[in-house]
Amino acid sequence: MNETIEFRDAIRDALDEELARDERVFFFGEDVAGAGGVFAVTGGLRERHGARVFDTPISELALIGAAYGSAVSGLRPVLEIMFGDFLPLVMDGVVNQAAKFWYLSNEQAPVPLVIRSAVGGGGRFGAIHSQMPAAWFQNVPGLKIVAPSTPADAKALLKASIRDDNPVLFLEHKRLYSVKGPVGRDEVLPLGRAHVVRPGSDLTLVAAMRNVGDALEAADALAADGIEVEVVDVRTIRPLDVETILASVGRTNRLLVVDESPRSGGWGAEVLASVAELALDELEEAWRIAAPDHPIPYSPPLEDAFFPSATSIAAEVRARLGVAAR
Amino acid sequence: MNDQLELYRRMHLIRGFEDSVQALFLKGKVHGTTHLYSGQEASAVGVGSVLREGDRVAGTYRGHGHALAIGVDEQALMDELLGRATGVCGGRGGSMNVIDLEHGLIGCFGIVGGSMSAATGAALASKLRGDGGVAVAFFGDGATNQAYFAECLNFARVERLPLVFVCENNLYMEFTPIEDVTAGAIEDRPRALGIHTQVVDGNDLWAVQEGARTAVEVARSGEGPAFLMTMTYRFVGHSRSDPARYRKPGELEAWKLRDPLIIARRRLETEHGVTADALDRVEAEVGARLDEVVERALAAPWPDVALAGEFKE
Repeated sequence: MNETIEFRDAIRDALDEELARDERVFFFGEDVAGAGGVFAVTGGLRERHGARVFDTPISELALIGAAYGSAVSGLRPVLEIMFGDFLPLVMDGVVNQAAKFWYLSNEQAPVPLVIRSAVGGGGRFGAIHSQMPAAWFQNVPGLKIVAPSTPADAKALLKASIRDDNPVLFLEHKRLYSVKGPVGRDEVLPLGRAHVVRPGSDLTLVAAMRNVGDALEAADALAADGIEVEVVDVRTIRPLDVETILASVGRTNRLLVVDESPRSGGWGAEVLASVAELALDELEEAWRIAAPDHPIPYSPPLEDAFFPSATSIAAEVRARLGVAAR
Repeated sequence: MNDQLELYRRMHLIRGFEDSVQALFLKGKVHGTTHLYSGQEASAVGVGSVLREGDRVAGTYRGHGHALAIGVDEQALMDELLGRATGVCGGRGGSMNVIDLEHGLIGCFGIVGGSMSAATGAALASKLRGDGGVAVAFFGDGATNQAYFAECLNFARVERLPLVFVCENNLYMEFTPIEDVTAGAIEDRPRALGIHTQVVDGNDLWAVQEGARTAVEVARSGEGPAFLMTMTYRFVGHSRSDPARYRKPGELEAWKLRDPLIIARRRLETEHGVTADALDRVEAEVGARLDEVVERALAAPWPDVALAGEFKE
C-alpha cells in the first residue's frame, strides 16, 4: 500500500528500514542525531537505533576516513555531509581512498559506503550553499552518483545505495525536501537505470532531481503547442544509463539536456557527448540548458534568472524548434 | 627461532628488501618512484610485534617496512613493486598503494595524512562491532601539519576509539627540516586533548616495543586513542629523485652509528645471550631469501591487459 509523504520523510524511512534490516549499517554526521538534521530529515533515528546513529564534530576529513576505513573493515556506513558545497573537503577520501580501493586492492574487499548530501539552488542560500556538485565527482571511476527526483525514487534509490557494494554519492536536492508523493513500502530500484517519466515523440528531454519536475511542467505547456516531449529522469548520474537515452533519441531524433550545473563541464555535457558519439546520425537537434558560468547569486531576482525553470525550458524549446506559443 | 631473533630477522628483511628495491630501480625493474624505509626498521617492527590477529594497520607511501613488519609476504610485495600479476595487489597498486587485508593492512596512503583517517574508520568499526580490535595509523612528522591529524585526534578522543597514532619522526618533511615548518612540539598536540602520549627512541627495537605495548593496551582497554612518536632517521633520500643534500653536516654519520640493526644486534648479544653465530646465520638466511625473491619476481608473469570492471557487481 502506498502512502503520500514528503521527500525528506522518504529518506528518513529508507535509513530507518536499512538500519533495522542490517546491523552493519550505521549513520553519522554533523547535527544528524540529537537535532535530527538541519533539513529535518533524520529525526527519531537515534531513538530507534541507538549507538548506530551519532553526531560528529565538524571534521569532514576525519569523517570520510571514518566511513572509508569502517567500510573496508566490514561495516556499511552512511555519512551525511550537510551541504554539497562541503564535499570538496571530503574529496581526498572519496577520490583517493574509497573510489580506488576495489580496483587497487585487486578486488580484495568491497567499499559499501554512502555519502548523503543536500545540493542545488533556488533556496536563497548564496554561492557556497547552493551548488550542484555532481560534475565535480563525475570523472571519478569507482564512484556511483545517485540523484532522485521524487519521494518514491528517493526511498527506493537510497535503499539500493545502502545495499550497493560500491561507494555512492547520494544527492538530495534541497528544493525537493518538502515535495510530497506516493511511496512504496519495500521498493528497491536498481542503480544505473534511467526512467522514462513521460512518453513523447518530438523531443527527448533528459533531466535530474528538481529539473525533472520543471521538465514535466514544461512538457505540459509544450503539449498545448503541439510539441510532444519525452522526459527521461537519469536517476543515476554515474554510471549513466546511455542505453535508455539512446533508445529515446531513436524515437524523437532530438535531444535536450537540462542541468542546473554551470554550463562548462556539467554532467549534461557527458550526456550530449555520449549520444553524439554513438548516434550522431539520428540527431536533428541536440543542446543543453544549464546555469551560466559564474557563481550562484543571492538576490532573489538574480537567482531566479540564474537557474533553468519550467518557463525558460518551454521558451527555449519553442525558439529552438521554431514553434510559437499558442 | 626465538621471538627476539624473529624480530631481528624482520628488521634485516626490511633493510635487505629496500636494498634490493633500490638495485632493481636502478636497473629499471621497479617503476615510477619509491620511498625507502631504510633506517626506520625498529619503528614498524616494534609496533607490529605487539599487534594480534584482527588488528588493522594503515601505512604510508613509505610503506614497504610497515607491510613486511606485519607479515605481508615479501615475495608478493616484491612482485607488486615489479608490477607483476602475482603481486599482492596484482600489480594494480605499486609501491605507494599496497593493500593486504589478509594481514590486516587496510592500505598504504599516497596522500600525506590519509592513513590516519583510514585507521580512524577501522577503529570505529572495531568499536561499533565490539570485536576487541585495535587500529594503527603510521604517519610521518610532516603529516602532523595536515588537518587529518587535528581532526582524527579529536574525533578519536571524543569517540574513545581503539586507535594508536604512530608518528615516525625522521626529522624531515620530504626535503625540509620539520622544525622549520612546525609551531611548538608535536607531542603537545595530542597531550592537549588528553590523549595518552609517549615519545620513544625509534631506533631501539625494545624502546619502541615497550611504548607500543602500552599504547595498544590503552587503546584496547576502551580508554581511547594513544599517541606514540618514534624518533628515527631515514638513511636514504625522501624518494628516488632526492640526493638529500639538505642534511646537516655529520648528521647522517651520527645516525648511522645508531643504526637500529646495530643497536639490536648489540643488545641481543649483551642482554639476551644470543650468539654472534646465530645472528650471522639470520643475516645470511635473509640474504639468501631475498636473492630468491628477486629472482622469482623478475620471472613472474605480467598482468593480463584485459581491463577489469569499474564496480563490484
